[in-house]
Amino acid sequence: MLGFIIQRLLQAGLVMLVMSALVFVGVFAIGNPIDVIISPDATQDIRARAIAAYGLDRPIWEQYAGFLGRLLQGDLGRSFVFNMNVTDLIFSRLPATLELTLVAVLGATFIGVPLGIYAGYRPDSPVSKGIMAVSVLGFSVPTFWIGLLLILTFAVWLGWLPAGSRGPTVEVFGVGWSFLTPEGWKHLLLPALNLSLFKFAMMVRLSRAGTREIMLTDTVRFARAAGLSEWTILRHHVLKLISIPIVTVFGLEFGSTLAFAVVTETIFSWPGVGKLIIDSINSLDRPVMVAYLILVAALFVTINLLVDLTYALLDPRLRRKGA
Amino acid sequence: MTEPLLQVRDLHTHFFTRAGEVKAVNGVSFSVDRGRVLGLVGESGSGKSVTGYSILGLIDPPGRIVSGSIRFEGRELVGLDPDELRALRGRRIAMVFQDATATLNPVLTVGRQMTLAIRAHERASDRAARDLALDVLKKVGIPDPASRLNTYPHELSGGMRQRVAIAVALLHRPALIVADEPTTALDVSVQAQIIFEMRDLVRSLGTAMIWITHDLATVSSLADDVLVMYAGRMVEAGPTRVTLRAPRHPYTAGLLASVPSRNPKGVDLPQIPGSTPSLLRLPPGCPFQPRCPRATPVCREDPPRVVDSGREALCHHPLPPASQAAA
Repeated sequence: MLGFIIQRLLQAGLVMLVMSALVFVGVFAIGNPIDVIISPDATQDIRARAIAAYGLDRPIWEQYAGFLGRLLQGDLGRSFVFNMNVTDLIFSRLPATLELTLVAVLGATFIGVPLGIYAGYRPDSPVSKGIMAVSVLGFSVPTFWIGLLLILTFAVWLGWLPAGSRGPTVEVFGVGWSFLTPEGWKHLLLPALNLSLFKFAMMVRLSRAGTREIMLTDTVRFARAAGLSEWTILRHHVLKLISIPIVTVFGLEFGSTLAFAVVTETIFSWPGVGKLIIDSINSLDRPVMVAYLILVAALFVTINLLVDLTYALLDPRLRRKGA
Repeated sequence: MTEPLLQVRDLHTHFFTRAGEVKAVNGVSFSVDRGRVLGLVGESGSGKSVTGYSILGLIDPPGRIVSGSIRFEGRELVGLDPDELRALRGRRIAMVFQDATATLNPVLTVGRQMTLAIRAHERASDRAARDLALDVLKKVGIPDPASRLNTYPHELSGGMRQRVAIAVALLHRPALIVADEPTTALDVSVQAQIIFEMRDLVRSLGTAMIWITHDLATVSSLADDVLVMYAGRMVEAGPTRVTLRAPRHPYTAGLLASVPSRNPKGVDLPQIPGSTPSLLRLPPGCPFQPRCPRATPVCREDPPRVVDSGREALCHHPLPPASQAAA
């Protein structure tokens, strides 16, 4: 197991190095940030000083080496726009996205998986067909459209829920969380619903397919022959057997939502990292973009590692190799 | 005369597929007394496994028991409430399957699977469940059972896995065990061990057993009675000694002739010509008639029952009884 972890950590380091180069070069090619930062009628002298101050006059590889050196010390640079440490900036926005993502992904899993198991267990019942119809909608209707419909219905027509922004927060461990207040939940509900619909559809389909397959196996037949009730079979045998694909998708969806909840955050003006990255792209705030993409890469590498470790916990057959 | 433990009468289990109605079991009758072993013999597709599943009520759609009666311990099982049937399964009638690699759940420990099977029928504390599991694992010949409880199926050998499956079947001391080719997936040496261990176990526990197999050699060393099936129908049934020593149905005779050990070395094994008929398009009369060396036009009509010394065969042109064959 330890060898496995070390091997994965080395791989992760390599992935991060390649990723940092790609991101840096890619972002370097976009426009000249100086035009955004200083006013167009500034003197040539001020302009040159600003360029020198940000190190933009050096060749690209030197800038990258400097960037990498600072990266290793945990310094990702300063935002051109906010003039604050990029890491601090991103982490100040992260809790908002984190709570939105968690509510969406957990909700999708805890509602989608049982419904999917039911749909796989009784594929011909009208209820199952209803569940599948909703999942097709969740898959095929674009997120922004559903988001607008949700706002129109629940905020404009019915007036039950606010149309956007984050509710009041409560400080826990120095971080503000809005899911601890009732008003916060009101604000959280619509964007979370919007964000979770696609994941819900995916969870339903995954668990339905897995359940249908497993119900036909001799494992289930043997359990039935031993007199186990259908409920026990679903809860103990089937759920455990379908959990591997579910954990995989959970991990990947959690990561990608955390990183790219851009559309939903924009529609509901949710002050999370997705909105930050869109604003940064608009204003060519290069350090924020670079730091953000690096953090996203790190996030995915971490999540994949955790998913792999969870496999080993769930399926004893995978434990032997690294042990 | 007291009622037998299990009495199956004129059982019809059909599968309603898109291609048509598959008559997997087509009018089979037999009975099993307490503590006896019945060998249910046939080729793949003869309906022997479906007969076994029918007894446990484990026929999944599109199949169902169309008609017939299954009486077990004085109760009619055909049409019994699913919950009552479930309460019988594993407690009074248990089943062992062909391949324990496929039947045991790979992601649950042996102990967990046994506990689930125990709690399906009785409230047991962790301690009591563990003690019972240990006791039964010891009985089926698993060394160091305490450490096996925490292992996963893939950590055990094929023979050990099948022993665990047998242990699960024995947990509640059932009156009847249906064993569906439980040794086919195992090495030959392990096969023999398991067969004899199971024979001793059911003897000592007084459990009756239906041993489903295509292997006549196993049946001859294990079963008190034998029932030969062909294309969903019974062709011959009777005490094992009588039936296998001098079969009267040409199909039984053909099966026996193709057992390697009965033939001299270096000579091609005799085969039954042709292949089993599709269950969708059964020939009229005797199902074996298209392949039978003794067939005549009369075989297109339903065959009569031929009875001698406790054995019956369904055949128009039975082979001569043992006394004449010897002469």
